[in-house]
Amino acid sequence: MEMAADRLYKEKKIRGFCHLSTGQEAVAVGIEHAINKSDDVITSYRCHGFAYMRGGTVRSIIGELLGRREGIAYGKGGSMHMFAKGFYGGNGIVGAQVPVGAGLAFAQKYTGGKKATVILYGDGASNQGQVFEAFNMAKLWKLPALFGCENNKYGMGTSAARSSALTDYYKRGQYIPGLKVNGMDVLAVKAAVQYGKQWTEEDNGPLVLEYVTYRYGGHSMSDPGTTYRTREEIQRMRSTNDPIAGLKQHILDWGVAQEDELKNIDKEARSFVNEEVAAAEAMAVPEATPKILYEDIYVRGSEPDFIRGRILDENYYFKQ
Amino acid sequence: MSRYLRPAARLAATARTSALRPATASPFLSRAAVIPGVQRRTYADASGVKEYTVRDALNEALAEELEQNDKVFILGEEVAQYNGAYKVTKNLLDRFGEKRVIDTPITESGFAGLAIGAALSGLHPVCEFMTWNFAMQAIDQIVNSAAKTLYMSGGIQPCNITFRGPNGFAAGVGAQHSQDFSAWYGSIPGLKVVSPWSAEDAKGLLKAAIRDPNPVVVLENELMYGQSFPMSAEAQKDDFVIPFGKAKIERSGKDLTLVTLSRCVGQSLVAAENLKKKYGVDVEVINLRSIKPLDIETIIKSLKKTHRLMAVESGFPAFGVSAEILALTMEYGFDYLDAPAARVTGADVPTPYAQGLEEMSFPTEGTIEQQAVKLLRL
Repeated sequence: MEMAADRLYKEKKIRGFCHLSTGQEAVAVGIEHAINKSDDVITSYRCHGFAYMRGGTVRSIIGELLGRREGIAYGKGGSMHMFAKGFYGGNGIVGAQVPVGAGLAFAQKYTGGKKATVILYGDGASNQGQVFEAFNMAKLWKLPALFGCENNKYGMGTSAARSSALTDYYKRGQYIPGLKVNGMDVLAVKAAVQYGKQWTEEDNGPLVLEYVTYRYGGHSMSDPGTTYRTREEIQRMRSTNDPIAGLKQHILDWGVAQEDELKNIDKEARSFVNEEVAAAEAMAVPEATPKILYEDIYVRGSEPDFIRGRILDENYYFKQ
Repeated sequence: MSRYLRPAARLAATARTSALRPATASPFLSRAAVIPGVQRRTYADASGVKEYTVRDALNEALAEELEQNDKVFILGEEVAQYNGAYKVTKNLLDRFGEKRVIDTPITESGFAGLAIGAALSGLHPVCEFMTWNFAMQAIDQIVNSAAKTLYMSGGIQPCNITFRGPNGFAAGVGAQHSQDFSAWYGSIPGLKVVSPWSAEDAKGLLKAAIRDPNPVVVLENELMYGQSFPMSAEAQKDDFVIPFGKAKIERSGKDLTLVTLSRCVGQSLVAAENLKKKYGVDVEVINLRSIKPLDIETIIKSLKKTHRLMAVESGFPAFGVSAEILALTMEYGFDYLDAPAARVTGADVPTPYAQGLEEMSFPTEGTIEQQAVKLLRL
């Protein structure tokens, strides 16, 4: 899916920002397989993988990237803003999702039930003040919050060592226990999050997990990703640490499946994504009408009488 | 808003064809359509009227909403054990317990974000800022996380949250603790913004804010908390709400429309009485109550009667609430104006500490009167 997005972006079919997570697949996949649908996930703008794992379809995600009416956010959100049941975005302000995620955990505690919130942020965001504010409240109120730093080694073009006085991000919760997780190993991620979920269910409060991972692409599509790191480094990560190749090796070693079967799965996945992309490309764009432009600024039925347009003649009256 | 309000260009076209307004007629003689000085009250039976301070009205609104809906909770600095920095949340901890009345650390960005997360999850938080000055630490969360999420999600993720606290002019506290944020929040799509003046306003608007499914900013004023107002029997009920986007005519008049909000409503009413006594003019005073949406219909209806308009507010002058009201007046009511609309605002200066200088920085009854005299050429 991310490779399809890469292609569509280069074909100039996707506008604006587009942050891909190739290389970081094991984090989103591992987390989803460790939690339930009733748990919550919130992340930053690098959100396509999580939106998919939380129940978004490939066509709705690609449709959103293409700005289509049937996109996951009806063409209103774009690459950075995708939501689904139990998935709270897709947030564009670096670090701001962390206290919001603590609030999701707060609500889980308030309403009761064995639920947890997985809150993701990058190594860059980990230096935002409000991350520490969220840590404090989560510990103080024993919230079922699994803070997770996706350490992909670079906050945009600034390496972890150049941005952070302590690059052991799992230690940065101070009074909150931390776990360092191999974020290139889907099974390790799953095991760690399962442990974390159990930890919160036993009312131990939050955990800080550090998923050590790597992004193959640039920070966003406008970044070739080679000015602040070497091509050799990227190539080495791809050939020695790739999460998909790693899982494949495990499967073969353990005799779970044969090489042919895996090749078939890979082939099927590619053709499935191609079909979904074709379906997304066939979707209509939102009609450029005032009705669609001004819908959902406020909850339906609670809108003001009218919304102002660029000129008075464009004012949109909800009661026609 | 009824559709009869049209952009000024169309009004101008109508005016030209009908030519109803004789250019020489004195506005004071020809337009005595209403009896001046009559307060419009919405209740008939005065026997049930009680005196409430704004503080008590806010407290009652919070208690009633906490009582009626388990999803409502209040959090902020010193709201629980301390009973509120300004005692607005007095006794709520005792009554509703620490699950629903929550003291936070001093961590505005964090607890505003946390409250927003709880709202996204389906709860109805009331997030108190000790003052709106401190909410600047959290304004990213209010604007980017609360106001925009519904739209960005294509309508699937609402955020029912109320942000409240004292705003605007406060006495003797210097520049960082005495600033009006009406214009800031009033400019953000996705937010609703209200600013109560009286006890009834305070109760009805806060309850409506908590019940509204959108993020609502309630801009109270510290100096109003201790002031008493009559509260009608209707407003004392636990289902009393004031609809957003509807201004209230606090004083009826035919000679000048004075559009104002929050603490300046009281000052404007005093100025209006003085103008009546000294010059015999009848000033209509409109209490906006709601900043976003703004009740332009009531303003223009009044302007059509008085043909003169003045906006009064305590914010900084540039790009402010008054600037917006004057622009709207020009757009919707240019042809009804017999004189250029005017505004009285705070001065363009960081609020000074020394009393004499502070007095020069905010509207007083005197400045309002002075500007009205000039506008009316009395």
